Amino acid sequence: MLSFAAFQHPGRRERLSDFPSKDANPSPAPAGDAVIEVRDAHYSIGGRKIFDGLDITARRGRITAFMGPSGTGKTTLLRLITGQSTADSGSVKAWGQEVSRLSSPELFSLRRRMGMLFQNGALLTDEDVYENVAFPLRAHTKLPESLIRQLVLTKLQAVGLRGAARLMPSELSGGMARRVALARAIVMDPDLLIYDEPFVGLDPISMGVICRLIKQLNDALGITSIVVSHDVQELSTIADDSFLLSGGRVVAKGTPAELHESKLPEVRQFMEGLADGPVPFHYPAPDLVKDLLEDEA
Amino acid sequence: MSAQVDSLPVAWLRRLGSMSLFFVQVCARSFSALAKPGLIVRQIYNAGARSLVIVMLSGLFVGMVLGLLGFDTLQRFGSEDSLGVLAALGMLKVLGPVLTALLFAGRAGTSLTSEIGLMKSTDQLTAMQMMAVDPLRHVIAPRFLGGIVAMPLLAATFSVIGLFGAQLIGVQQMGVDAGAFWSQTQNAVDLRDVTEGIVKSLVFGVACSLIAVYEGYHSEPTPEGVGLATTRTVVTSSVMVLLLNYLLTAAFLTKS
Repeated sequence: MLSFAAFQHPGRRERLSDFPSKDANPSPAPAGDAVIEVRDAHYSIGGRKIFDGLDITARRGRITAFMGPSGTGKTTLLRLITGQSTADSGSVKAWGQEVSRLSSPELFSLRRRMGMLFQNGALLTDEDVYENVAFPLRAHTKLPESLIRQLVLTKLQAVGLRGAARLMPSELSGGMARRVALARAIVMDPDLLIYDEPFVGLDPISMGVICRLIKQLNDALGITSIVVSHDVQELSTIADDSFLLSGGRVVAKGTPAELHESKLPEVRQFMEGLADGPVPFHYPAPDLVKDLLEDEA
Repeated sequence: MSAQVDSLPVAWLRRLGSMSLFFVQVCARSFSALAKPGLIVRQIYNAGARSLVIVMLSGLFVGMVLGLLGFDTLQRFGSEDSLGVLAALGMLKVLGPVLTALLFAGRAGTSLTSEIGLMKSTDQLTAMQMMAVDPLRHVIAPRFLGGIVAMPLLAATFSVIGLFGAQLIGVQQMGVDAGAFWSQTQNAVDLRDVTEGIVKSLVFGVACSLIAVYEGYHSEPTPEGVGLATTRTVVTSSVMVLLLNYLLTAAFLTKS
Protein backbone atom coordinates (compact mmCIF):
# COMPACT_ATOMS: atom_id res chain seq x y z
CA MET A 1 0.00 0.00 0.00
CA LEU A 2 1.15 3.49 -0.73
CA SER A 3 1.47 5.60 2.36
CA PHE A 4 0.93 9.32 2.37
CA ALA A 5 0.53 9.86 6.07
CA ALA A 6 3.61 12.05 6.08
CA PHE A 7 2.01 14.46 3.63
CA GLN A 8 -1.48 14.61 5.00
CA HIS A 9 -1.38 17.61 7.25
CA PRO A 10 -4.53 19.65 6.65
CA GLY A 11 -4.12 23.20 5.48
CA ARG A 12 -0.39 22.82 4.99
CA ARG A 13 0.89 25.60 2.80
CA GLU A 14 4.43 25.90 4.00
CA ARG A 15 6.68 24.23 1.49
CA LEU A 16 10.41 23.83 1.17
CA SER A 17 10.21 25.76 -2.08
CA ASP A 18 8.81 28.70 -0.09
CA PHE A 19 11.72 28.72 2.33
CA PRO A 20 14.31 31.42 1.76
CA SER A 21 17.18 29.77 -0.05
CA LYS A 22 20.73 30.83 -0.87
CA ASP A 23 19.65 32.93 -3.85
CA ALA A 24 15.96 33.20 -3.32
CA ASN A 25 13.56 35.63 -4.91
CA PRO A 26 10.15 36.28 -3.43
CA SER A 27 7.52 33.87 -4.76
CA PRO A 28 5.02 35.45 -7.12
CA ALA A 29 1.47 35.95 -5.98
CA PRO A 30 -1.11 33.44 -7.18
CA ALA A 31 -3.30 34.52 -10.08
CA GLY A 32 -6.81 33.38 -9.32
CA ASP A 33 -7.70 29.80 -10.10
CA ALA A 34 -5.43 29.34 -13.09
CA VAL A 35 -1.92 28.11 -12.41
CA ILE A 36 -0.93 27.83 -16.07
CA GLU A 37 -2.52 29.92 -18.80
CA VAL A 38 -1.59 29.64 -22.46
CA ARG A 39 -3.34 32.08 -24.75
CA ASP A 40 -3.13 32.22 -28.57
CA ALA A 41 0.37 30.73 -28.55
CA HIS A 42 2.16 30.33 -31.86
CA TYR A 43 5.39 28.40 -32.14
CA SER A 44 7.43 27.09 -35.06
CA ILE A 45 10.61 25.06 -35.36
CA GLY A 46 12.61 25.29 -38.58
CA GLY A 47 9.61 26.66 -40.51
CA ARG A 48 7.30 23.88 -39.25
CA LYS A 49 4.32 25.18 -37.31
CA ILE A 50 3.95 23.38 -33.98
CA PHE A 51 1.32 25.60 -32.34
CA ASP A 52 -1.13 27.78 -34.21
CA GLY A 53 -3.16 29.69 -31.65
CA LEU A 54 -3.04 27.34 -28.68
CA ASP A 55 -5.30 28.04 -25.66
CA ILE A 56 -4.89 26.01 -22.49
CA THR A 57 -5.57 26.48 -18.79
CA ALA A 58 -4.43 24.29 -15.89
CA ARG A 59 -6.34 25.03 -12.71
CA ARG A 60 -5.14 24.82 -9.13
CA GLY A 61 -5.58 21.50 -7.33
CA ARG A 62 -6.60 19.60 -10.46
CA ILE A 63 -4.95 17.03 -12.69
CA THR A 64 -4.85 18.40 -16.21
CA ALA A 65 -4.02 16.04 -19.07
CA PHE A 66 -2.54 17.12 -22.40
CA MET A 67 -3.20 14.38 -24.92
CA GLY A 68 -2.57 14.01 -28.60
CA PRO A 69 -0.88 11.89 -31.24
CA SER A 70 2.91 11.76 -31.40
CA GLY A 71 4.48 14.87 -32.87
CA THR A 72 1.68 17.25 -31.87
CA GLY A 73 3.99 19.21 -29.59
CA LYS A 74 2.95 17.97 -26.15
CA THR A 75 6.51 17.99 -24.81
CA THR A 76 7.14 21.30 -26.61
CA LEU A 77 4.20 22.75 -24.70
CA LEU A 78 5.88 21.73 -21.45
CA ARG A 79 9.06 23.45 -22.64
CA LEU A 80 7.07 26.66 -23.15
CA ILE A 81 5.44 26.38 -19.73
CA THR A 82 8.76 25.78 -17.97
CA GLY A 83 10.57 28.52 -19.89
CA GLN A 84 12.94 26.22 -21.74
CA SER A 85 11.56 27.62 -25.02
CA THR A 86 9.75 30.83 -25.86
CA ALA A 87 6.59 31.13 -27.96
CA ASP A 88 6.87 33.15 -31.18
CA SER A 89 3.73 35.05 -30.18
CA GLY A 90 0.90 34.79 -27.68
CA SER A 91 1.06 34.45 -23.94
CA VAL A 92 2.31 31.71 -21.60
CA LYS A 93 1.70 32.51 -17.94
CA ALA A 94 2.56 30.61 -14.79
CA TRP A 95 0.98 31.93 -11.60
CA GLY A 96 0.13 35.07 -13.52
CA GLN A 97 3.71 35.73 -14.61
CA GLU A 98 4.58 35.91 -18.30
CA VAL A 99 7.22 33.17 -18.49
CA SER A 100 9.02 34.58 -21.54
CA ARG A 101 9.61 37.92 -19.79
CA LEU A 102 11.31 36.47 -16.73
CA SER A 103 14.99 37.00 -16.15
CA SER A 104 17.18 33.97 -15.50
CA PRO A 105 17.04 34.28 -11.67
CA GLU A 106 13.27 34.88 -11.82
CA LEU A 107 12.86 31.82 -14.02
CA PHE A 108 14.91 29.70 -11.60
CA SER A 109 12.78 31.05 -8.76
CA LEU A 110 9.64 30.07 -10.68
CA ARG A 111 11.00 26.59 -11.36
CA ARG A 112 11.53 26.03 -7.67
CA ARG A 113 7.73 25.96 -7.44
CA MET A 114 7.61 23.24 -10.09
CA GLY A 115 8.62 19.59 -10.06
CA MET A 116 9.05 17.71 -13.29
CA LEU A 117 9.08 14.03 -14.06
CA PHE A 118 10.89 13.27 -17.31
CA GLN A 119 10.08 10.45 -19.71
CA ASN A 120 13.24 8.54 -18.79
CA GLY A 121 13.47 9.74 -15.20
CA ALA A 122 16.63 11.78 -15.97
CA LEU A 123 18.31 10.60 -12.78
CA LEU A 124 21.91 11.67 -12.22
CA THR A 125 23.76 8.53 -13.23
CA ASP A 126 26.81 9.08 -11.03
CA GLU A 127 24.75 9.45 -7.83
CA ASP A 128 22.77 6.79 -5.98
CA VAL A 129 19.02 6.95 -5.36
CA TYR A 130 19.41 8.73 -2.01
CA GLU A 131 21.70 11.42 -3.42
CA ASN A 132 19.44 11.92 -6.42
CA VAL A 133 16.49 12.69 -4.17
CA ALA A 134 18.65 14.81 -1.87
CA PHE A 135 20.08 16.78 -4.80
CA PRO A 136 17.56 19.67 -4.87
CA LEU A 137 17.70 19.97 -1.06
CA ARG A 138 21.49 20.25 -1.09
CA ALA A 139 21.37 22.73 -3.97
CA HIS A 140 18.76 25.06 -2.52
CA THR A 141 18.73 24.73 1.24
CA LYS A 142 21.18 24.65 4.09
CA LEU A 143 19.26 22.03 6.03
CA PRO A 144 21.24 19.83 8.43
CA GLU A 145 22.12 16.36 7.20
CA SER A 146 19.76 14.71 9.70
CA LEU A 147 16.78 16.66 8.34
CA ILE A 148 17.78 15.99 4.73
CA ARG A 149 17.90 12.29 5.59
CA GLN A 150 14.41 12.40 7.10
CA LEU A 151 12.97 14.23 4.10
CA VAL A 152 14.64 11.93 1.57
CA LEU A 153 13.57 8.75 3.34
CA THR A 154 10.01 10.05 3.75
CA LYS A 155 9.72 10.79 0.03
CA LEU A 156 11.27 7.46 -0.89
CA GLN A 157 8.83 5.73 1.47
CA ALA A 158 5.98 7.49 -0.32
CA VAL A 159 7.02 5.99 -3.65
CA GLY A 160 7.81 2.62 -2.07
CA LEU A 161 11.56 2.71 -2.63
CA ARG A 162 13.07 3.49 0.78
CA GLY A 163 14.80 0.11 0.62
CA ALA A 164 16.45 1.07 -2.67
CA ALA A 165 18.07 4.22 -1.27
CA ARG A 166 21.63 3.02 -1.89
CA LEU A 167 21.08 1.53 -5.34
CA MET A 168 22.59 3.23 -8.38
CA PRO A 169 20.26 4.34 -11.22
CA SER A 170 21.75 1.62 -13.45
CA GLU A 171 20.42 -0.98 -11.00
CA LEU A 172 16.82 0.23 -11.25
CA SER A 173 14.07 -0.90 -13.60
CA GLY A 174 12.28 1.70 -15.74
CA GLY A 175 9.36 1.90 -13.34
CA MET A 176 11.60 2.20 -10.28
CA ALA A 177 13.67 4.94 -11.95
CA ARG A 178 10.51 6.90 -12.61
CA ARG A 179 9.37 6.51 -9.01
CA VAL A 180 12.75 7.76 -7.78
CA ALA A 181 12.44 10.69 -10.16
CA LEU A 182 8.99 11.32 -8.73
CA ALA A 183 10.41 11.33 -5.19
CA ARG A 184 13.03 13.84 -6.36
CA ALA A 185 10.34 15.97 -8.03
CA ILE A 186 8.30 16.25 -4.81
CA VAL A 187 11.19 16.60 -2.35
CA MET A 188 11.02 20.41 -2.46
CA ASP A 189 7.22 20.30 -2.03
CA PRO A 190 6.38 22.01 -5.33
CA ASP A 191 3.08 23.71 -6.10
CA LEU A 192 2.97 22.22 -9.60
CA LEU A 193 4.01 18.76 -10.72
CA ILE A 194 4.60 18.17 -14.42
CA TYR A 195 4.71 14.63 -15.81
CA ASP A 196 6.12 14.12 -19.30
CA GLU A 197 4.90 10.80 -20.71
CA PRO A 198 5.00 9.04 -17.32
CA PHE A 199 3.59 5.73 -18.62
CA VAL A 200 5.87 5.13 -21.60
CA GLY A 201 7.61 1.75 -21.59
CA LEU A 202 6.14 0.58 -18.28
CA ASP A 203 4.59 -2.80 -17.53
CA PRO A 204 0.94 -2.78 -16.35
CA ILE A 205 1.92 -3.04 -12.67
CA SER A 206 4.38 -0.13 -12.82
CA MET A 207 1.88 1.85 -14.89
CA GLY A 208 -0.80 1.30 -12.25
CA VAL A 209 1.61 2.30 -9.48
CA ILE A 210 2.63 5.52 -11.24
CA CYS A 211 -1.00 6.28 -12.02
CA ARG A 212 -2.02 5.87 -8.39
CA LEU A 213 0.95 7.93 -7.23
CA ILE A 214 -0.01 10.82 -9.50
CA LYS A 215 -3.54 10.83 -8.17
CA GLN A 216 -2.63 10.36 -4.52
CA LEU A 217 0.19 12.91 -4.56
CA ASN A 218 -2.11 15.44 -6.13
CA ASP A 219 -4.79 14.87 -3.52
CA ALA A 220 -2.51 14.44 -0.48
CA LEU A 221 -0.26 17.40 -1.24
CA GLY A 222 -3.00 19.63 -2.60
CA ILE A 223 -0.91 20.52 -5.63
CA THR A 224 -1.64 21.04 -9.31
CA SER A 225 -0.62 18.34 -11.78
CA ILE A 226 -0.06 18.44 -15.51
CA VAL A 227 0.25 15.10 -17.28
CA VAL A 228 1.35 14.79 -20.87
CA SER A 229 0.58 11.41 -22.37
CA HIS A 230 -1.14 9.58 -25.16
CA ASP A 231 -2.26 6.79 -22.86
CA VAL A 232 -6.03 7.42 -22.96
CA GLN A 233 -7.08 4.61 -20.63
CA GLU A 234 -4.74 5.53 -17.79
CA LEU A 235 -5.39 9.27 -18.08
CA SER A 236 -9.14 8.74 -18.04
CA THR A 237 -8.93 7.31 -14.55
CA ILE A 238 -7.02 10.22 -13.01
CA ALA A 239 -7.48 13.40 -15.07
CA ASP A 240 -9.90 16.10 -13.99
CA ASP A 241 -9.51 18.13 -17.18
CA SER A 242 -8.26 16.98 -20.57
CA PHE A 243 -7.05 18.82 -23.65
CA LEU A 244 -6.65 17.03 -26.95
CA LEU A 245 -4.04 18.62 -29.18
CA SER A 246 -3.91 18.19 -32.93
CA GLY A 247 -2.65 20.35 -35.77
CA GLY A 248 -1.17 22.91 -33.41
CA ARG A 249 -4.48 23.65 -31.65
CA VAL A 250 -6.74 22.26 -28.98
CA VAL A 251 -9.37 20.25 -30.88
CA ALA A 252 -11.30 19.16 -27.79
CA LYS A 253 -11.34 19.81 -24.08
CA GLY A 254 -13.33 18.74 -21.05
CA THR A 255 -13.41 15.84 -18.68
CA PRO A 256 -12.20 12.46 -20.01
CA ALA A 257 -15.85 11.33 -20.11
CA GLU A 258 -16.79 14.32 -22.28
CA LEU A 259 -13.93 13.53 -24.64
CA HIS A 260 -15.08 9.93 -24.91
CA GLU A 261 -18.54 11.13 -25.96
CA SER A 262 -17.26 13.61 -28.53
CA LYS A 263 -18.33 13.14 -32.15
CA LEU A 264 -15.41 15.08 -33.62
CA PRO A 265 -13.46 12.85 -36.03
CA GLU A 266 -10.07 13.89 -34.55
CA VAL A 267 -11.27 12.98 -31.07
CA ARG A 268 -12.88 9.71 -32.19
CA GLN A 269 -9.72 8.63 -34.01
CA PHE A 270 -7.53 9.33 -31.00
CA MET A 271 -9.80 7.96 -28.29
CA GLU A 272 -10.56 4.76 -30.25
CA GLY A 273 -7.05 4.33 -31.61
CA LEU A 274 -8.12 4.22 -35.27
CA ALA A 275 -5.25 3.82 -37.73
CA ASP A 276 -6.66 6.17 -40.35
CA GLY A 277 -8.63 9.38 -40.06
CA PRO A 278 -7.83 13.07 -39.80
CA VAL A 279 -4.32 11.93 -38.87
CA PRO A 280 -3.52 9.88 -42.01
CA PHE A 281 -1.95 6.44 -41.79
CA HIS A 282 0.14 7.05 -44.92
CA TYR A 283 2.88 9.62 -45.06
CA PRO A 284 2.24 11.83 -48.13
CA ALA A 285 3.50 9.98 -51.21
CA PRO A 286 2.77 9.81 -54.99
CA ASP A 287 0.28 7.32 -56.36
CA LEU A 288 1.35 3.74 -55.56
CA VAL A 289 0.73 2.30 -59.08
CA LYS A 290 2.59 5.16 -60.70
CA ASP A 291 5.43 4.77 -58.21
CA LEU A 292 5.72 1.00 -58.84
CA LEU A 293 5.63 1.39 -62.63
CA GLU A 294 8.29 4.08 -62.52
CA ASP A 295 10.46 1.73 -60.53
CA GLU A 296 10.11 -1.00 -63.17
CA ALA A 297 10.99 1.38 -65.99
CA MET B 1 20.51 27.22 -41.07
CA SER B 2 23.35 29.69 -41.46
CA ALA B 3 25.87 27.09 -40.36
CA GLN B 4 25.04 25.09 -43.49
CA VAL B 5 25.88 27.89 -45.88
CA ASP B 6 28.89 29.21 -43.98
CA SER B 7 32.24 28.77 -45.63
CA LEU B 8 34.82 26.86 -43.59
CA PRO B 9 36.65 29.95 -42.24
CA VAL B 10 33.36 31.58 -41.22
CA ALA B 11 32.21 28.36 -39.54
CA TRP B 12 35.50 28.16 -37.63
CA LEU B 13 35.26 31.82 -36.67
CA ARG B 14 31.71 31.27 -35.44
CA ARG B 15 32.87 28.25 -33.45
CA LEU B 16 35.76 30.19 -31.96
CA GLY B 17 33.39 32.96 -30.92
CA SER B 18 30.96 30.49 -29.38
CA MET B 19 33.79 28.79 -27.50
CA SER B 20 35.12 32.13 -26.24
CA LEU B 21 31.68 33.09 -24.90
CA PHE B 22 31.38 29.66 -23.29
CA PHE B 23 34.83 30.14 -21.72
CA VAL B 24 33.71 33.44 -20.17
CA GLN B 25 30.48 31.85 -18.85
CA VAL B 26 32.38 28.92 -17.33
CA CYS B 27 35.01 31.22 -15.77
CA ALA B 28 32.24 33.32 -14.23
CA ARG B 29 30.70 30.17 -12.69
CA SER B 30 34.07 28.80 -11.57
CA PHE B 31 34.27 31.18 -8.63
CA SER B 32 30.99 29.95 -7.20
CA ALA B 33 31.93 26.34 -8.03
CA LEU B 34 34.94 26.78 -5.72
CA ALA B 35 32.45 26.97 -2.85
CA LYS B 36 31.84 23.24 -3.36
CA PRO B 37 35.40 21.86 -3.39
CA GLY B 38 34.11 18.28 -3.11
CA LEU B 39 32.82 18.44 -6.69
CA ILE B 40 36.20 19.67 -7.95
CA VAL B 41 38.18 17.07 -5.99
CA ARG B 42 36.03 14.35 -7.51
CA GLN B 43 36.81 15.67 -10.98
CA ILE B 44 40.53 15.89 -10.22
CA TYR B 45 40.29 12.22 -9.32
CA ASN B 46 38.36 11.41 -12.51
CA ALA B 47 40.60 13.38 -14.85
CA GLY B 48 43.87 13.00 -12.97
CA ALA B 49 44.10 9.84 -10.89
CA ARG B 50 42.37 7.74 -13.50
CA SER B 51 44.86 8.92 -16.15
CA LEU B 52 47.85 8.25 -13.93
CA VAL B 53 48.69 4.73 -15.11
CA ILE B 54 48.61 5.56 -18.82
CA VAL B 55 50.65 8.73 -18.20
CA MET B 56 53.27 6.89 -16.11
CA LEU B 57 53.62 4.07 -18.61
CA SER B 58 53.89 6.46 -21.54
CA GLY B 59 56.40 8.60 -19.64
CA LEU B 60 58.55 5.58 -18.91
CA PHE B 61 58.63 4.39 -22.53
CA VAL B 62 59.20 7.87 -23.96
CA GLY B 63 62.05 8.38 -21.46
CA MET B 64 63.59 5.05 -22.42
CA VAL B 65 63.46 5.90 -26.12
CA LEU B 66 64.94 9.29 -25.36
CA GLY B 67 67.73 7.55 -23.43
CA LEU B 68 68.49 5.21 -26.32
CA LEU B 69 68.43 7.81 -29.08
CA GLY B 70 70.12 10.46 -26.94
CA PHE B 71 72.93 8.13 -26.02
CA ASP B 72 73.36 7.04 -29.64
CA THR B 73 73.62 10.65 -30.84
CA LEU B 74 75.70 12.09 -27.99
CA GLN B 75 78.30 9.35 -28.00
CA ARG B 76 79.23 10.34 -31.57
CA PHE B 77 80.51 13.60 -30.08
CA GLY B 78 81.91 11.99 -26.95
CA SER B 79 79.40 13.80 -24.75
CA GLU B 80 77.21 10.97 -23.57
CA ASP B 81 77.55 12.30 -20.02
CA SER B 82 75.15 15.06 -21.08
CA LEU B 83 72.36 12.56 -21.58
CA GLY B 84 70.73 13.67 -18.33
CA VAL B 85 70.61 17.30 -19.50
CA LEU B 86 69.07 16.30 -22.81
CA ALA B 87 66.48 14.08 -21.16
CA ALA B 88 65.60 16.53 -18.39
CA LEU B 89 65.22 19.58 -20.64
CA GLY B 90 63.40 17.60 -23.30
CA MET B 91 60.99 16.19 -20.76
CA LEU B 92 60.40 19.35 -18.76
CA LYS B 93 60.04 21.82 -21.62
CA VAL B 94 58.38 19.89 -24.43
CA LEU B 95 57.75 16.18 -24.15
CA GLY B 96 56.22 16.21 -20.68
CA PRO B 97 53.59 18.93 -21.23
CA VAL B 98 52.84 18.12 -24.89
CA LEU B 99 52.57 14.34 -24.67
CA THR B 100 50.68 14.51 -21.39
CA ALA B 101 48.24 16.95 -22.97
CA LEU B 102 47.74 14.62 -25.95
CA LEU B 103 47.19 11.68 -23.61
CA PHE B 104 44.90 13.82 -21.45
CA ALA B 105 42.82 14.75 -24.50
CA GLY B 106 42.54 11.11 -25.51
CA ARG B 107 41.73 9.71 -22.07
CA ALA B 108 40.20 12.34 -19.81
CA GLY B 109 39.01 14.72 -22.58
CA THR B 110 36.96 12.10 -24.41
CA SER B 111 35.62 10.83 -21.09
CA LEU B 112 34.48 14.36 -20.15
CA THR B 113 32.86 14.99 -23.53
CA SER B 114 31.00 11.70 -23.66
CA GLU B 115 29.90 11.98 -20.03
CA ILE B 116 28.47 15.48 -20.51
CA GLY B 117 27.02 14.52 -23.90
CA LEU B 118 25.25 11.53 -22.38
CA MET B 119 23.99 13.66 -19.49
CA LYS B 120 22.53 15.96 -22.12
CA SER B 121 20.98 13.20 -24.20
CA THR B 122 19.38 11.61 -21.11
CA ASP B 123 17.88 14.94 -20.01
CA GLN B 124 20.02 15.15 -16.88
CA LEU B 125 21.13 18.70 -17.71
CA THR B 126 17.54 19.74 -18.47
CA ALA B 127 16.42 18.09 -15.22
CA MET B 128 18.97 20.23 -13.35
CA GLN B 129 17.65 23.36 -15.03
CA MET B 130 14.15 22.31 -14.03
CA MET B 131 15.38 21.93 -10.44
CA ALA B 132 16.63 25.53 -10.72
CA VAL B 133 20.24 24.32 -10.68
CA ASP B 134 22.62 25.85 -13.21
CA PRO B 135 24.40 22.96 -15.02
CA LEU B 136 27.24 25.28 -16.02
CA ARG B 137 27.98 25.84 -12.35
CA HIS B 138 27.26 22.37 -11.07
CA VAL B 139 28.51 20.14 -13.92
CA ILE B 140 30.74 22.10 -16.29
CA ALA B 141 32.78 24.39 -13.99
CA PRO B 142 33.96 21.60 -11.61
CA ARG B 143 35.06 19.44 -14.57
CA PHE B 144 36.83 22.39 -16.16
CA LEU B 145 38.65 23.27 -12.93
CA GLY B 146 39.44 19.60 -12.21
CA GLY B 147 41.13 19.29 -15.61
CA ILE B 148 43.18 22.45 -15.07
CA VAL B 149 44.47 21.19 -11.71
CA ALA B 150 45.09 17.63 -12.92
CA MET B 151 47.05 18.52 -16.06
CA PRO B 152 50.22 20.06 -14.47
CA LEU B 153 50.31 17.24 -11.91
CA LEU B 154 50.14 14.65 -14.68
CA ALA B 155 52.78 16.47 -16.74
CA ALA B 156 55.11 16.59 -13.73
CA THR B 157 54.61 12.86 -13.18
CA PHE B 158 55.26 12.18 -16.85
CA SER B 159 58.52 14.20 -16.77
CA VAL B 160 59.82 12.56 -13.58
CA ILE B 161 59.03 9.03 -14.79
CA GLY B 162 60.48 9.89 -18.22
CA LEU B 163 63.73 11.09 -16.67
CA PHE B 164 63.83 7.89 -14.66
CA GLY B 165 63.35 5.91 -17.92
CA ALA B 166 66.19 7.78 -19.61
CA GLN B 167 68.39 7.13 -16.60
CA LEU B 168 67.44 3.46 -16.65
CA ILE B 169 68.69 3.10 -20.23
CA GLY B 170 71.60 5.56 -20.12
CA VAL B 171 73.09 4.66 -16.74
CA GLN B 172 71.94 1.11 -16.07
CA GLN B 173 72.14 -0.25 -19.61
CA MET B 174 74.56 1.94 -21.61
CA GLY B 175 76.97 2.60 -18.80
CA VAL B 176 76.80 6.38 -18.53
CA ASP B 177 78.29 7.51 -15.20
CA ALA B 178 75.47 8.05 -12.71
CA GLY B 179 77.24 10.95 -10.99
CA ALA B 180 77.80 12.76 -14.29
CA PHE B 181 74.22 12.09 -15.37
CA TRP B 182 72.65 13.64 -12.29
CA SER B 183 75.19 16.42 -11.59
CA GLN B 184 75.05 17.75 -15.16
CA THR B 185 71.25 17.58 -15.01
CA GLN B 186 71.27 19.54 -11.74
CA ASN B 187 73.62 22.18 -13.16
CA ALA B 188 71.80 22.63 -16.49
CA VAL B 189 68.19 22.71 -15.37
CA ASP B 190 67.11 25.90 -13.63
CA LEU B 191 63.82 27.25 -12.30
CA ARG B 192 63.05 28.93 -15.62
CA ASP B 193 62.94 25.56 -17.39
CA VAL B 194 60.64 24.15 -14.74
CA THR B 195 58.43 27.24 -14.99
CA GLU B 196 58.18 26.85 -18.76
CA GLY B 197 56.93 23.29 -18.29
CA ILE B 198 54.41 24.32 -15.64
CA VAL B 199 53.10 27.26 -17.69
CA LYS B 200 52.74 25.07 -20.78
CA SER B 201 50.92 22.32 -18.94
CA LEU B 202 48.59 24.84 -17.30
CA VAL B 203 47.75 26.42 -20.66
CA PHE B 204 47.26 23.00 -22.24
CA GLY B 205 45.08 22.03 -19.28
CA VAL B 206 42.84 25.06 -19.85
CA ALA B 207 42.64 24.38 -23.61
CA CYS B 208 41.97 20.63 -23.37
CA SER B 209 39.45 20.94 -20.54
CA LEU B 210 37.61 23.80 -22.24
CA ILE B 211 37.39 21.94 -25.54
CA ALA B 212 36.21 18.74 -23.82
CA VAL B 213 33.43 20.39 -21.80
CA TYR B 214 32.41 22.66 -24.70
CA GLU B 215 32.04 19.77 -27.11
CA GLY B 216 30.07 17.73 -24.57
CA TYR B 217 27.76 20.60 -23.67
CA HIS B 218 27.09 21.47 -27.32
CA SER B 219 26.84 17.93 -28.65
CA GLU B 220 23.72 16.74 -30.44
CA PRO B 221 21.72 14.70 -27.89
CA THR B 222 21.95 11.50 -29.95
CA PRO B 223 24.41 8.56 -29.90
CA GLU B 224 25.87 9.76 -33.19
CA GLY B 225 26.11 13.34 -31.92
CA VAL B 226 27.99 12.29 -28.78
CA GLY B 227 30.36 10.16 -30.88
CA LEU B 228 31.08 13.06 -33.23
CA ALA B 229 31.63 15.42 -30.31
CA THR B 230 34.11 12.99 -28.76
CA THR B 231 36.03 12.79 -32.03
CA ARG B 232 36.07 16.58 -32.32
CA THR B 233 37.47 16.81 -28.79
CA VAL B 234 40.51 14.68 -29.67
CA VAL B 235 41.16 16.35 -33.02
CA THR B 236 40.69 19.94 -31.84
CA SER B 237 42.61 19.41 -28.59
CA SER B 238 45.55 17.77 -30.37
CA VAL B 239 45.86 20.50 -32.99
CA MET B 240 45.42 23.20 -30.35
CA VAL B 241 48.10 21.69 -28.07
CA LEU B 242 50.65 21.54 -30.90
CA LEU B 243 49.83 25.09 -32.01
CA LEU B 244 49.99 26.47 -28.48
CA ASN B 245 53.22 24.58 -27.87
CA TYR B 246 54.84 26.36 -30.81
CA LEU B 247 53.56 29.76 -29.68
CA LEU B 248 54.65 29.26 -26.07
CA THR B 249 58.06 27.88 -27.05
CA ALA B 250 58.61 30.89 -29.30
CA ALA B 251 57.46 33.24 -26.53
CA PHE B 252 59.82 31.70 -23.96
CA LEU B 253 62.75 31.78 -26.40
CA THR B 254 62.06 35.43 -27.24
CA LYS B 255 61.95 36.28 -23.55
CA SER B 256 65.31 34.63 -22.79
